[in-house]
Amino acid sequence: MNLLILLIIPFLTAIGILAVNGLKQVRTVAFIGSMIQLCLSFYLLNQYHIAKELGDASLMLFEQNYPWFPSMGVYFHIGVDGISISMIILTALVVVAGVLVSYGMEQLHKEFFFLLILLSLGAYGFFISLDLFTLFFFLEVAVIPKFLLIGIWGSGPKERSAMKLALMLMGGSAMIFIGLIGVYFYSNEVGARTFDMLALAKNGISKEAQLFFFPFAFAGFGAFTALFPFHTWVPDGHSSAPTAASMFLAGISMKLGGYGCLRVATFLMPQAAEYYAPVIILLATIAIIYGAFATMMQTDLKYINAYSSISHCGFVLLGIGMLTKVSITGAVMQMVSHGLMTALFFAAIGMMYSRTHTRLVAQLGGLLKVMPFISSIFIIAGLCSLGLPGFSGFVSEMTIFVGAWQNPNIWYRLATILSCASIVVTAVYILRAAGSSVMGPIKDNHFLKLEDALWNEKLAAVVLLSGIVVIGIAPFLLTDLLSPGTDIIMEQLLK
Amino acid sequence: MSSITTILLIPGLPLLAFLMLGIFGNSSSWLKNLAGIIATTFMAISCLLSVQTAINYFVTADLAEKGFAPIILFKYNWLSFGSGVSIDMGALLDPISAMMLVVVTFISLMVHVFSLGYMKGEERFATYYAFLGLFTFSMLGLILSSNIFQIYIFWELVGVSSFLLIGYYFAKPSAVAAAKKAFIVTRFADLGFLIGILTLGFYGESFDFQTLIQRFTDHQSPQFLAISAASFMGITALSWGLMLVFMGGAGKSAMFPLHIWLPDAMEGPTPVSALIHAATMVVAGVYLVARLFPIFAISDQAALDVVAFIGILSALFAAIIAFTQTDIKRVLAFSTMSQIGFMMFALGVSNYGGENGAGFSASLFHLFTHAFFKSLLFLGAGAIIHMVHSNNMDDMGGLRKHMPITHISFLIACLAISGIPPFAGFFSKEAILHAAHASSPITYYLALFTSMLTAFYMFRLYFNIFWSSEAKPMHNAHGEGTWSMKIPLIILGLLSIVVGFIPFSHYVSSDGKSLETHLDLMFSILPVSLAAAGILFAAYLYKNKNEKPAQIAQNLGGIFSLVKQKFYIDEIYLFITHKIIFNLIGRPAAWIDKHIVDGFYTLTATTTEEFSSTIKGWQSGNLQSYALYFLASVLGLAILIIYALI
Amino acid sequence: MPIGLTHVIILSTALFFIGVYGFFTRRNLITILMSIELMLNSVNINFVAFNKYLYPQNIDGIFFSIFIITIAAAEAAVAIAIIINLYRSHNSIDVEEANEMKY
Repeated sequence: MNLLILLIIPFLTAIGILAVNGLKQVRTVAFIGSMIQLCLSFYLLNQYHIAKELGDASLMLFEQNYPWFPSMGVYFHIGVDGISISMIILTALVVVAGVLVSYGMEQLHKEFFFLLILLSLGAYGFFISLDLFTLFFFLEVAVIPKFLLIGIWGSGPKERSAMKLALMLMGGSAMIFIGLIGVYFYSNEVGARTFDMLALAKNGISKEAQLFFFPFAFAGFGAFTALFPFHTWVPDGHSSAPTAASMFLAGISMKLGGYGCLRVATFLMPQAAEYYAPVIILLATIAIIYGAFATMMQTDLKYINAYSSISHCGFVLLGIGMLTKVSITGAVMQMVSHGLMTALFFAAIGMMYSRTHTRLVAQLGGLLKVMPFISSIFIIAGLCSLGLPGFSGFVSEMTIFVGAWQNPNIWYRLATILSCASIVVTAVYILRAAGSSVMGPIKDNHFLKLEDALWNEKLAAVVLLSGIVVIGIAPFLLTDLLSPGTDIIMEQLLK
Repeated sequence: MSSITTILLIPGLPLLAFLMLGIFGNSSSWLKNLAGIIATTFMAISCLLSVQTAINYFVTADLAEKGFAPIILFKYNWLSFGSGVSIDMGALLDPISAMMLVVVTFISLMVHVFSLGYMKGEERFATYYAFLGLFTFSMLGLILSSNIFQIYIFWELVGVSSFLLIGYYFAKPSAVAAAKKAFIVTRFADLGFLIGILTLGFYGESFDFQTLIQRFTDHQSPQFLAISAASFMGITALSWGLMLVFMGGAGKSAMFPLHIWLPDAMEGPTPVSALIHAATMVVAGVYLVARLFPIFAISDQAALDVVAFIGILSALFAAIIAFTQTDIKRVLAFSTMSQIGFMMFALGVSNYGGENGAGFSASLFHLFTHAFFKSLLFLGAGAIIHMVHSNNMDDMGGLRKHMPITHISFLIACLAISGIPPFAGFFSKEAILHAAHASSPITYYLALFTSMLTAFYMFRLYFNIFWSSEAKPMHNAHGEGTWSMKIPLIILGLLSIVVGFIPFSHYVSSDGKSLETHLDLMFSILPVSLAAAGILFAAYLYKNKNEKPAQIAQNLGGIFSLVKQKFYIDEIYLFITHKIIFNLIGRPAAWIDKHIVDGFYTLTATTTEEFSSTIKGWQSGNLQSYALYFLASVLGLAILIIYALI
Repeated sequence: MPIGLTHVIILSTALFFIGVYGFFTRRNLITILMSIELMLNSVNINFVAFNKYLYPQNIDGIFFSIFIITIAAAEAAVAIAIIINLYRSHNSIDVEEANEMKY
């Protein structure tokens, strides 16, 4: 299968959006483009399984390598493995849902959908890159559209949030770049220097260089994934963003960081990862617990979800930090699960906000009677967030806990126990939010006239929910997909 | 029908009801009208299949001589963690699961039938039956679990079904609060359960029940040696694991001090209370300890002592509080807590194997009989509340004239719970007291005392509802309730008389081998006479309305109000959560995040701004300043070059 | 006492820094122009002195100073034109009035 088609389709969709006029046409083009991309990603999954069954044991499948700046060792090298495919499917699902939820976007609709598709292009390219320069290129493609989406179509203090998000993410990118340059110059290669990830992994990097550059790379990617203390762009950024942008930001953009932490920082610099593991675990545990407690005190639904994302992405980092095969598998599962779940949550909140025009929990109430579908989706997303079995959150969190418990070190055990304790705090804040906003008596009589979800919003919710439920009920599908990929990473760590 | 299909259908039918009614129930009108009938039919089929399975297992499987061994009906590798450790979805059929299948499906069927009349006219009728289906599915899955993580999965699902059902009247803030409280308290207990699972799974190198039991009861196995060697703060990892798992069970079973959610859970519809908070969900903790009983009894006696202690403490605690409550559902809730305390405590004093395991059989026998008469009491209470439109005892009185069927069945249930022969409760309580007597005298006397209290407060309840004052004229014309409400009462009443005669320990015992049940009539004289004394004292105080109860309450003064406020435990919890956790941890966390961590970034932003406006000043537009900078630089460069510094 | 190179250099340096001082402290643009001329002339003296004392057989320095005189004259003309335009827009030839090219 030619992976370039995963990049060409969004590109063509973007061109198509620019070519047509009118909200209906623009959104239809966007929807069709993202649906084609979703079908393609499932086709890719199918091809991957077929290839694996035929006995293809190579590290990365469907590789393509084109020279870009050969004198500097930069090639356009793309390929996938199980981890990449799961992230691509996640991106496709969230983009389809995001496009559907934005069907009512009247203001500057052409630019809005164009930027959304451009963002997705950046994400797809990031996940299939096997060359560091290509990876960084696609990462940067995604930053400016985020800034514009929040700054123009957002709500609340949007300009300030957009600026803060853009500056902090660019700071993260700068740190990533330092890490990449370090890897480039200090690799133990034979012959010309290269940015190619597989070659760098095979040759290895000198230990002193690893110890110096790993913090930069990890912290840089960590800034994308809300590593404490680089997480403060999350609350304002997510809350001021329009619904589809929030879904994309929380669902996919934060996973760019997690994927980078795993593929770039840990895969290329394994000895440094082991050395810094206690620090990573400490910061991840702080993010989990402190994020959960900070969420309890929030009064705005979007802030609740944003801080909750900090807490859940802490699980991803905990899984990566524990450096066992099970915990890393759990980390990737949590990336997929949280991406779908938080997109669903933001979609539900966005639907509620567009009708009630308030996000404050204190002003909402009794919506279950008025908008049963939206309220049920809200409750389901909340239940997934608190790790209810039957949804994907449970399997990913349990995998991380079991994997983390495999480390007999008493401090690691303590970190795992504290992270487990967060399930209680999560239950508290989710039920407080749901209980006050969706259940309870109706606080404002204007709410009685509100209407329930439209067909596009229902479809968006169903798309995301099916992903969550499939993984929740049949987790073996995901773990089998991820297993060869995590094996590769563990091999590096054991060298 | 193969056994695998049967065992999949038993929980599968309620799940199907949930999916059908939950997704389409409110949108399709014919489905809404038939919701009750459909759900009840599915439940009836499931009940029949359960009874068939149980009969197959106990009678025709020909296991009586060798002992009832567990049968694994299927196992599917669901989530693998590598090297043999995995969460498998499986069905384990052994004496306790076969027994529980019958209990859960039957009581659920009774509740389904009762609700046809009780919940008639509710707007969200279909959703109610959907949630009942979800609960029954989860509970059946819990019973059949062969893997400790699998039981945790269904444990959580049962918790969420309970949340949905308690919060059924979601427009009432008190119902929402009660649902939240139930979920959060049990979640906290589940945290202990989870850590216990992780510990036991790590050292036992498996999550499968049979494997864990086999490894931890064999004192030579490497896993047992590893888990006994590892210790934290002086307690072995095995004890920690078992204690934490018990914490999970204690939360679900409303043992002290995790009991605070149970009285509030009465906010849900009364049939829900009958199903969940009387007969099925709350006994899940007892079931869990029974599942792991071999490990408790053979390898860790200290943990079993803790179980016994918590059990008897909860039983006594709840019995005392039940004296003072005036809401009939709350009396029944505390009564449930007390009876479950009995069950826990019976497990705690039991040993493993043969005659020593009598406590185990007694506990599960009591679980079995209690399901019948407690659900009968709750359904009766539902009928009463339906008629009187109030939960409070003071609004009732003399109802025996208006509700004859309810009256007789309620009386039967009260006699059963007080342990009067020949009703069911007598046999099960005797078995427990017998086991207690065999183990230690002090537990026996405490249990005896608690039994007497049980008889007293139950008959206080009975007399206050059905005797006491003369009946007020009833305004509502719908009388005692429809036939759908009366039939379950009659059936359960009859069963409460009959099930005591089943030779339970023949089928269910700690090691699977049958025990002979014998009735020691001399032994029974003391408990029965104490119970009768309790009943007579209650009659003296409450049969006719008089001033004596009020006077006693006044004489006891402070103690009475302390007990009536449930020993202020709820207030302590609220204090800890609101004042301490929210104010000392939550608020500072949010504040630190906004002002210190975020403040650091805002500081960098403002510093950059300050710096930049300072430098901005150098571009003053003033010709002479520019010239000065120019001159200074030239001179500086000149000095550097001349003195060969560059 | 014969007048040596040092004496002439001292004279030209003094003249230069007087010109610098005048450039930095005077407010009137014409005066600033005069200071610039002073600086240029001091440089002229320097060139001629070096030429006469160090390399008497060459005439490079003298040629250089003729160039400087020419350019100074041209530059003075341009400067006066700028000052006249500045006067037309600001109605003043105070150098501190002409500070719009700032942040």
